[in-house]
Amino acid sequence: MEGFPILSVIIGLPLVAVLFLLFVKEESIYLIRCVSAVTTFICLLLSLILMFKYDTEAAGFQFIEKIEWVKSMGISYHLGVDGISVLMIVLTSFVIFTGVFVSWVGIKTRIKEHYILMLLLVAGVFGVFAALDMLLFYFFYELAVIPMYPLIGIWGSANREYATMKLTLYLSFGAVFALLGILAIYFTAGAQTGTYTFDMLEMSAVVFDRSFQIKAFIPLIFGFGVLVPLAPFHSWSPIGHAAAPSAVSMLHAGVLMKLGAYGIIRLAMGLLPEGAVYWMPYVAGLCLINIFYGGMVALSRKDLKFMVGYSSSSHMGYVLLGLATLGTVGVNGAVMLMFAHGIMTALAFSLIGFIYDQTHTRMIYDLSGLAKKVPFLAVSFAMMAFASSGLPGFANFVAELMVFIGAFKVYPIHTIIAVFGIIVTATYMLRAVRTVFFCEPLEKWDGLRDAKTFVERMPYVVLVAVLLIVGFYPAIVLDLIDSGVVPLINKINGVPLG
Amino acid sequence: MDVWALLIIPIVTSVVIVFITRKWKNLSSYLSIAAVIACFFIVLPYLIEALGNPHMHGHEQAFTWLKVSGLHIKMGTFIDSLTVVMLCIVTFVGSLIHIYARGYMEGEEGYSRFFACLSFFIFAMLGIVLANNLIMIFIFWELVGLASYLLIGYYYQKPSAADAAKKAFLVNRIGDFGLILGIFVIYYATGSFNFGEIEHQVMAGHVEPWTMGLAALLLFCGAVGKSAQFPLHVWLPDAMEGPTPVSALIHAATMVAAGVYLLARISFLFYMAPPEAGIVVAYVGGLTALMAALMALAQSDIKKIIAYSTLSSLGYMVMSVGLGGTGPGMFYLMTHAFFKALLFLGAGSVIHACHTNSIWEMGKLYPKMKATGVTFILGSLAMMGVFPFAGFWSKDEILSTAFDSGHWLLYGAGTLTAFITGIFITKIVLLAFFGKKRYHGNPHESPPSMTIPLVVLSVFAVFAGLAGFPGLEPNFGSFIPSHGHHGPHHFNFLVAGISTLVVFAGILIGWKLYTGEAEPAHRLKAQYPCLYKVLENKFYFDHFYDGVLVAVIYNGIGKILNFIEVNIFINFLINGFAYNVRVVGRALRGTITGQLQHYALFMVSGVVVLVLIFLQYFV
Amino acid sequence: MLTLTHFLILSCILFSIGVAGVMIRRNIIIVLMSLELIFNAANISLAAFAYYLESITGTVFVVFNITVAAAEVAVGLAILVAVYRRRKTVLVDQLDEMRY
Repeated sequence: MEGFPILSVIIGLPLVAVLFLLFVKEESIYLIRCVSAVTTFICLLLSLILMFKYDTEAAGFQFIEKIEWVKSMGISYHLGVDGISVLMIVLTSFVIFTGVFVSWVGIKTRIKEHYILMLLLVAGVFGVFAALDMLLFYFFYELAVIPMYPLIGIWGSANREYATMKLTLYLSFGAVFALLGILAIYFTAGAQTGTYTFDMLEMSAVVFDRSFQIKAFIPLIFGFGVLVPLAPFHSWSPIGHAAAPSAVSMLHAGVLMKLGAYGIIRLAMGLLPEGAVYWMPYVAGLCLINIFYGGMVALSRKDLKFMVGYSSSSHMGYVLLGLATLGTVGVNGAVMLMFAHGIMTALAFSLIGFIYDQTHTRMIYDLSGLAKKVPFLAVSFAMMAFASSGLPGFANFVAELMVFIGAFKVYPIHTIIAVFGIIVTATYMLRAVRTVFFCEPLEKWDGLRDAKTFVERMPYVVLVAVLLIVGFYPAIVLDLIDSGVVPLINKINGVPLG
Repeated sequence: MDVWALLIIPIVTSVVIVFITRKWKNLSSYLSIAAVIACFFIVLPYLIEALGNPHMHGHEQAFTWLKVSGLHIKMGTFIDSLTVVMLCIVTFVGSLIHIYARGYMEGEEGYSRFFACLSFFIFAMLGIVLANNLIMIFIFWELVGLASYLLIGYYYQKPSAADAAKKAFLVNRIGDFGLILGIFVIYYATGSFNFGEIEHQVMAGHVEPWTMGLAALLLFCGAVGKSAQFPLHVWLPDAMEGPTPVSALIHAATMVAAGVYLLARISFLFYMAPPEAGIVVAYVGGLTALMAALMALAQSDIKKIIAYSTLSSLGYMVMSVGLGGTGPGMFYLMTHAFFKALLFLGAGSVIHACHTNSIWEMGKLYPKMKATGVTFILGSLAMMGVFPFAGFWSKDEILSTAFDSGHWLLYGAGTLTAFITGIFITKIVLLAFFGKKRYHGNPHESPPSMTIPLVVLSVFAVFAGLAGFPGLEPNFGSFIPSHGHHGPHHFNFLVAGISTLVVFAGILIGWKLYTGEAEPAHRLKAQYPCLYKVLENKFYFDHFYDGVLVAVIYNGIGKILNFIEVNIFINFLINGFAYNVRVVGRALRGTITGQLQHYALFMVSGVVVLVLIFLQYFV
Repeated sequence: MLTLTHFLILSCILFSIGVAGVMIRRNIIIVLMSLELIFNAANISLAAFAYYLESITGTVFVVFNITVAAAEVAVGLAILVAVYRRRKTVLVDQLDEMRY
C-alpha cells in the first residue's frame, strides 16, 4: 500500500466513472446503475481501508500527497487526512453508496444525468475532506455545491425551483464569505512570513496576532455557519431537504451540512485558535436557537421531510455546541455526532422517500397505520426515530452524551436547554411514529409495498447497522476522532505539540 | 464471566427471536422462557452467597467502553446484597410471568414479537440492576423505557395503546432529563461515574453538601419518572393498555421499582446531603401514595385499579427511602413484586375469561374460577397488609420508619393510604368474584400455564414477609447496606396495631359498600357527586397536562415559533429581500432593448466618459 | 513629411467612421464592414507606432489582428447568412430577440 495515492483514487474514481458514463447510452439503465454502485462500493472499501490503515498512535496528517499547482501563488494539490477527515470520508462513502441504491428505486427519469451529477458531487465532497490546501478546499467545495442545483431543480418535488435557487444562493453566499476569510488569512500570513501560500499545514505554523484572529474568525464562522446551518441562516436547509429527491436529501443532510462544521474545525478553529476562544461563547448562544427553535418548529411541522429538515438543523446545533466547548470531550462528541447524524438523517430521508414515492404525500396526518402494511419500513423508521432522539445503543446517544458532558462544564445553562431539546426531539419523532405507522390502517394505503428486494432493503440495513455498531462499540470511531481532536485542542489551549 | 451472561443471554435470545425464529411461535416463546430461567439459575449462587454473608463483599468487574482524552467511561457490573435482591426478583418473577404469558398470549398476532420484547426487557432491566456506574444505569434506564414503549404499544393499531406508549416514553424522558443532569453534577463534583468511587468521595466529605443535595434531587427526578411519582405519575395508569403480563412484569414488579432501586443505590448521597433533600423525596412519595389510593377508589377498570394501587405502593417505597429507610423500602419492593404480580396475573386470568376489563361486568366468578379466585384473594390480603401476609410485614416497617422519623404528616398519609387500599381492594374482590352475576358468555378457569405461576406467586405473597420477621437472622433489613442509624428493624406494636385496625376498617367499609342488592356503583356517586367526579377524573391531572401544558404551552410555543419561522423569517425577511432584488432588476431590465445599436451606443459613450475622466485627472 | 500624427489622425477618422457606421446603419452587412474599419483603424495606429518606436511588437499585433479579423468575418458572415435564411431580414433593429 506504500505510495499508493489512496486519497486521489477515492476522489478520482467517481470522476472516472462520470467520464465513463458520459459515453454510455441513455437506455442502458442497468449498466449505469451498476457502474455507479460499483464505483461507490470501491470508494467505500477504500475509505474503510483508510480508516483501518490510519495510524491513530502517530496521529497528525497521513497519506499525504502534494503536487505543486500554481507555484507563484502558492497553490498546490495537497491532500492528507487526520482522524476527523478520515471519519468524514467514511461517512460520505456510506451515504453515497446507500444513496445510489435509493436512487436505483426512486429515480425513474434521466437516470444517466442523475448519476453523473451525484458522482460529481461526491467527488467534490471527498475532495473537501481530503484537501490540505485552502484553495483546493474551496475548489472542491464548489464542485460539490454546483451539482446540487440541477439535482434538486430537475428531479425534485414540489416547489423545487424555489428550493434549489435558495439553496444555491445561500451556499454560494456562505462560500464567498468563507473565501473572504481564507484570502484574509492568505495575505496576512504571506505578509508576515514573506511566502504566500494556501497550504494549511504551513499556515497552521503561523501565529497570527490576536486582533487579526478575532476579525478573521467572523467571515469564516459566518461562511461555514451558513452551511451548517447556524441560525438564523438555516432556512435554506429544510426546504432544500424537502424538495430534493431522496438520495440527494441524504447527501445533502448527511454530508453537505457536515462540510460547514468541518470547515469550522479545520480552518476557523485550526488556524485561528484565539479567534475561536473569543467567539465561541457567542456561537454557543446561537446553537441554542438552533436546538430549541429548530426543535420547536419541527414539532409543529406536518410534513415529514420538513420535520426531519428542521430536526437536522436542531441537531447540528448540538454539533456546534460541542465545538463551542473547545474541550476534547465536547469536540470529540461533536465530530462523532456529525458522523452519527449524517448516517441517521440519511436513513430518515431514504425512508421518507420510499414512502413518498408510493403515497405521494408526506403529510403526517394523511398517513396512518402503515406498520401493518410495511413492517420493514416501520421498524427502520422507528429505529431512526429512536436514534434521533438519542436512545442508547445508537451512535447518536454516545455522541450527544459526550457533547453534554463536555458542554456541562463550560456552559451549564446552555446544556440544560440542550438536554431539554432531546425531549422535544423525542416528542416529534414519536408523534410521527405514532401517527404514521401506528393506529388504524387506512384503506387507501392498502396497496402500499414494503421494501422487499435486496436493492430496496440494503440501504436501510447498512445504515441501521452502522448506527448500532458504532453505538455499541464507540471505540471504533473514537480513537480516530480523538487522534484528530487532541492536537487541535492542544493548539487552542496553547499547549505546545508533542 | 457468568455475570455478563446475565446480559448476553436475554439480548441474544431477543435478537435470535427477531431474526430467526420469528415464524415459529412456540419455539420463540420457549427460547424466551428458557433464557429468563437460565438467568435465574445464574443468580442463585449469588443468592446463596448473600444469604450466608449478608455483608458480602461486592463483586465488581469492568471494561473500557469509551475512552477519549478527558473522558473515560467503563462499563461494569457490581454485585452486592442489594443487587442480589433485585436480580432474584427480576429473574424469578420474570420467569413466572414468561410462563404465564405463554398461555395468556395464545393466539395473539405478533406472539414472537411479544417474547422478543420481553427478553429485551429482561436484558435492559438486568442491566440497570447490575450497573456499577451511573452512565450504564442511564443507558439501561432508557432501554427499559424502550422495552416498555414497545410492549405498551403492543396492540399498536389501537390509537389508545399507541398514545399510551408514546406518553410513557415521553413522560419518562422528562424524568430522565433530571437524571442525566444529576449524573453530570455528580461527575463534575466527584470526577467519576462509578458508584464505589462516588461513594468514597462523598463519604470522605470531598463534595459540598448543597451539590450533593442538588445531585440527589436531580437523580430523584429520574426515579420520579420511572417509578411514576407525583407529578409524573400520569403515564402508569395509561400503560395498562399493554398486555396484562407486561403490566405485571414491567409496570408493577420490576421496571417501576427501578426508581426505588436507584434511590437505594445512591442512598449515601441522601445520607450526606442536607436533610431537606430526603424530606422532599419522602413527601413526594407520601403524596403519591395517598393521591393514587384516592384515585383508585373511583376507577372501574380492574387493571387500572391495580395500577393505582401500584402507584400508591411505589409512593410508600419512595417515602421510606426518602426517610432513610432503604431496608424497609427494598423489603416492600420485594414483597410488592410478588403480590402485585400475583394481582395483575390474577386480573389477567379474569380478563382472559371474561374478555372485559370492567369490574362491573364480572361478578360471581369464584365458582367458575376457583384457582384464580383463591390466589387473587391471597394476593389481596397481602396487598392490604393483613397479618401475617407479606404486605403486613413490609408495610409495617415503612409505617414505623415514618412513625420514628417524627413526620406525622407522612405517617398519617401512610396510614390513611392503608385504609383506602383496604376499601378498593375489597371492592375488586367482591365485585369480580362474588355478588351478582354480571358477566356475559361462559367464563372458565385459565390453562395450567397460567394458574401454576399464580399458585407459586401466592405462596410467596403469603410467606415472603417472613424474611423480615423481627428477630430473624439474617433479617431482610440487615441485607441492605444502609447508612446512619437505621439498623435492624424494631417491631412496633402500636404501629402494627393501628395499621391492622385501619385495614380492617377499610375492608368493612368496602364490604358494606359493595355488597347487597342495591346497585353499588351509584352509592358513592350519589352521596358525594363532586368528590367522586374529581376522583374519577384523577384530580384532572391528565386534563391539565394534555389540555394546558401540552396543547397550550408546548404546542403553542411550537406554533408561535413556526409562525415566526414561516411568516417573519422566510416570507418577510428572506422572500421580501428576494422580492426587492427582483423589483430592482425589473426596473433595470428596461435598458435591455435587444437593439444592437443601443448597446453599441452605451459602450461608446462609456468609452467617451472614461476618456474624458482620464484626460481630466491623469494628463 | 509624414509624421506619426498624420497616421494617428487617419486612424482616428477611420475609427470614427467605423463607430458611426456600427451605431447608425441598419443593414447588418454594413455594420460588419464598419467593424472592419474600426479594426483597421487600430491596425494603422499599431503599425505607425511600431514604425516610429522602432519596435516589432506592434507589427506582430497587426498580423495577429488581421488573422483574427479574417476568422471573425468568416464566422460573422456565416451567422449572418444563417440569420437571413431564418428571418429573411438583415436589418439590425428587427433582430431584437435578445431583449428582456
